[in-house]
Amino acid sequence: MSESKTVTLNMGPHHPATHGVLRVVLELDGETIVNATPVIGYLHRGIEKICESRTYQQILPLTDRLDYSAASANNLGYCVAVEKLLGIEVPKRAQYLRVIMAEFARIMGHHLWLGTHALDIGAMTVIFYAFRDREMIMAMNEEIAGYRLTPSFIRIGGVAYEATDDFIAKVRKFVAWFPKALEGYHQLLTDNKIWTTRTMNIGKISAEEAINHGLTGPSLRGSGVAYDVRKAFPYSSYGDFDFKIPIGENGDVYDRYLVRMEEFKQSIAIIAQAIENLPSGPVMTDNPLVASPSQPEVQTDISALIRRFMVNAKGTPVPSGELYSAVEGAKGELGFYLVGDGSEQPYRLKIRSSCFYLASALPRLLVGHMVADAIAIIGSLDVVLGEIDR
Amino acid sequence: MEKSDIINVSKNRGEKGNYVKPILKGLQFTMGNFFKKPVTIQYPDQKTVRSQRWRGLHKLNVDEKGELKCVACGLCAAVCPSQAITILAREDEGGTRHPEKFEVNELRCIFCGFCQDACPKSAISLTKIYEYVNYNREDFVFDISILKTTGEKWNS
Repeated sequence: MSESKTVTLNMGPHHPATHGVLRVVLELDGETIVNATPVIGYLHRGIEKICESRTYQQILPLTDRLDYSAASANNLGYCVAVEKLLGIEVPKRAQYLRVIMAEFARIMGHHLWLGTHALDIGAMTVIFYAFRDREMIMAMNEEIAGYRLTPSFIRIGGVAYEATDDFIAKVRKFVAWFPKALEGYHQLLTDNKIWTTRTMNIGKISAEEAINHGLTGPSLRGSGVAYDVRKAFPYSSYGDFDFKIPIGENGDVYDRYLVRMEEFKQSIAIIAQAIENLPSGPVMTDNPLVASPSQPEVQTDISALIRRFMVNAKGTPVPSGELYSAVEGAKGELGFYLVGDGSEQPYRLKIRSSCFYLASALPRLLVGHMVADAIAIIGSLDVVLGEIDR
Repeated sequence: MEKSDIINVSKNRGEKGNYVKPILKGLQFTMGNFFKKPVTIQYPDQKTVRSQRWRGLHKLNVDEKGELKCVACGLCAAVCPSQAITILAREDEGGTRHPEKFEVNELRCIFCGFCQDACPKSAISLTKIYEYVNYNREDFVFDISILKTTGEKWNS
């Protein structure tokens, strides 16, 4: 009797290595995966629908909760989209502060990825160092914005508050210190034979296939495609900074790892340039439709008071029209497709979540590998379910 | 994109590697940190300092006479993205407006700080309190009497 049967294995939604509530239904032949189906939707909060009944300002804290490991990058993407539709210019100082916050968000996202990815594969040490350094960035978020994980610091038309001296000093200290910490991560993982055995030639995807699956961000660059929204379509003064796009060659888990490790370095280089060349000036546009007047103005000037009521209670009327605007989030191209109908609330806001495309490539990547490699592959794609399910 | 903007990170990746040397290198890093002062703190006994801009529980501010600054204009309730604030206004003989009812549902609140940014009278502000517990969910719907004295309960 030689009958071959496959076994169905449910991985998730409460599996610690699926990074949230991703569920993957694996069909196994022995220990080899013959079929994989990702099941999503366990974290669906209907953010896109909620946005249709909120003013443009009120949507902003919701975007923090998309990719919660890199919240400021989502804020930036949304604000850039709305500002394009409004046709307003953001002051240079605000643009630089935005860049600093977005790059900190990228580093925070990569810290989370590095720690959990290594933990999944069995290297327990790394997460402690990664989270030690992530905590420093959280302290800086707290210093400037008042909140650690979801700062909501980037607002439509600029940023919420002026940077404090303490913040600038902390950023300088961090920029000077971080390369040493990064060297430590490399020391722990990069040449380690156990690490390379688990990651090299696992989850390989060619450049063409990666493009066809719609991968973006580090996962695409690991396959050797040099596409980065920051370079291809610069926004928020990214053109002013000198930085490089890391790419891989083989498109496997190890190359995606190397690409992200290099991105740490490039992000810190951008922050260093931004903090040294921080221009002076206002941090909020003076467009009366967007900017809420300052507190002393409101106390003395009745028209300022009325304007504050209009901006905050009624919202900003955005002209009718539609546009797609994308930024480079921590995981890839984060796009916002915005339809305005002349009112204060968007007619439709569609979020192009990079993680959705990463998760949809899982069936292609997992087939043919062992169950233990599935963990490495999911970790290397760095999906965040808050962004997939929205 | 120009070629000079791109770095190939996998050019020097070695397929071979050995077991012993990298592990010793990793242990060297660990031992380098082993004798340093710990970065962790013993949380309930020790606490870190919150920043001046911290967004914690709400507080209703009072003026010199001890009366609420709030004039029940409802701007904080209008700007709140999670609709956590309920206000009912009352007008006294002089025509001054006061809040008859001012409720903040701290469980709905997402602590974005829009209410304190919007308030024209600086009547509502967010405190630095970030740890709070109650036995019932209903107790987190703060009314005026609690909001006036936020902090006395949890800061003691």
